[in-house]
Amino acid sequence: MIELRDVHKSFGPKQVLRGVDLTIERGKSMVIIGGSGTGKSVTLKCVLGLIEADTGLVTVDGQDVTRLRQGSSERDAFLARFGMLFQGGALFDSLSVWQNVAFRLLRGSLKKPKEEAREIAIEKLRRVGLTPDVADLFPAELSGGMQKRVGLARAIAAEPEIIFFDEPTTGLDPIMSGVINELIREIVVEMGATAMTITHDMTSVRAIADDVAMLHGGKIRWTGPVAEMDASGDPYVAQFISGSAEGPIETVR
Amino acid sequence: MSLLAAIGRVVLGFLAAIGRVALFAFETVSHLFRPPYYPREVAHALLQIGYFSLPVVGLTTIFTGGALALQIYAGGARFSAEAVVPQIVAIGMVRELGPVLVGLMIAARVTSSIAAEIATMKVTEQIDALVTLSTNPMKYLTLPRVLAATLVMPVLVAVGNIIGIMGGYLVGVNRLGFNAGTYLRNTIDFLEPSDIATSLAKGAVFGFLAALMGCYFGMRSGRGAQGVGRATKSAVVAASVLILAANFLLTELFFAA
Repeated sequence: MIELRDVHKSFGPKQVLRGVDLTIERGKSMVIIGGSGTGKSVTLKCVLGLIEADTGLVTVDGQDVTRLRQGSSERDAFLARFGMLFQGGALFDSLSVWQNVAFRLLRGSLKKPKEEAREIAIEKLRRVGLTPDVADLFPAELSGGMQKRVGLARAIAAEPEIIFFDEPTTGLDPIMSGVINELIREIVVEMGATAMTITHDMTSVRAIADDVAMLHGGKIRWTGPVAEMDASGDPYVAQFISGSAEGPIETVR
Repeated sequence: MSLLAAIGRVVLGFLAAIGRVALFAFETVSHLFRPPYYPREVAHALLQIGYFSLPVVGLTTIFTGGALALQIYAGGARFSAEAVVPQIVAIGMVRELGPVLVGLMIAARVTSSIAAEIATMKVTEQIDALVTLSTNPMKYLTLPRVLAATLVMPVLVAVGNIIGIMGGYLVGVNRLGFNAGTYLRNTIDFLEPSDIATSLAKGAVFGFLAALMGCYFGMRSGRGAQGVGRATKSAVVAASVLILAANFLLTELFFAA
């Protein structure tokens, strides 16, 4: 279970998070929606410790994330339970596709023999719908959709308990978005992982989410099961879902 | 009042920057004593920084050695001291020009590429990705590059010194009419072991500074293409200035009586 309690974060004079409270149950898929620049990515990075919250508490299964020292072995163990799909894929362009996917398996505490790591990588690539012949290509040789899939394969390579998806469908065509959404849903269900996704793509929300939370103005406006989203009664959520220019969310930001 | 405030801001900013660089350097070195290590990354950096820099080091020093011989001959002729060409070329190359020129070429070639690479990784979230994959970017990216540059620069400086002296030799023998054997003997007799040792020590320091600046500015890069450009520029400027400043301090330390 991931819990955020009253999390604040500012960058200089700019307050991004102003008291985020959010609970993600184990094995559930939580999707955070909200406009661009409302702090969705910052929220996610606070959980991973990539960004330090100014005040507030972030716990994963009761363990206080903010106490883990950078580079300590506890933090390594903590991060080993996570997988993350970055918005632009964030593949290492100096490494081939299979070395990217097997990155965790080639070094550190989860180190496996090279042959075995390669086999696992190819199997994960197959899982995301890529053929073994892409394994020896470099990320720059792949299309955007394929890079996303490789990123997804890397995120699941070490069988994480918790997976984060940062705007998984941004920049993809509708068909490829559908494919990625379906993959995410399948993988989360089949691995029984806890998932946290941030997106502003409503198709994606309906395909992936068990629960939805809406972030606006640095706070969680509304949270609840995806089935109740359409009848939330919250004008902000209603406006966001319909994509209307009319409503309480200011369109000039 | 606003003038004083502006001066104060610049001074404070400068001091803060020195502090940040010092902490960054300290952290880098501390990873030398804390596993895990990434030997493959070190080997890759040795190849990139060392082996692939050889052409540029050779070209820079051979022309400089040749020009130095011509200048000393012309200058020495004014008080009929033409004969000192081999000795001055040897001293000039080994003590000063070899380390400094190789250092500056490494700042141009290696610092820029390290800064641009790491900054691009930062901008495209690859650094964050490393962290989520339980890999410390300081261990995986910074230490291998800094370590490789520190180890390989003395070798590059030694090669540069030899090629520079060879440049002087070629000009001396073919253009200025020196006897080949005498030129070489004068060179070898005049150089002290301490000249060579200090030359290589300078190289190690310059290599450390060059790679450290590349990593430091790369890791602190701002967003977008402009951020990468600025990080690269700052890294090369800082590395060049630090190399020249360190050269002065080391010369003062080694040679001032």
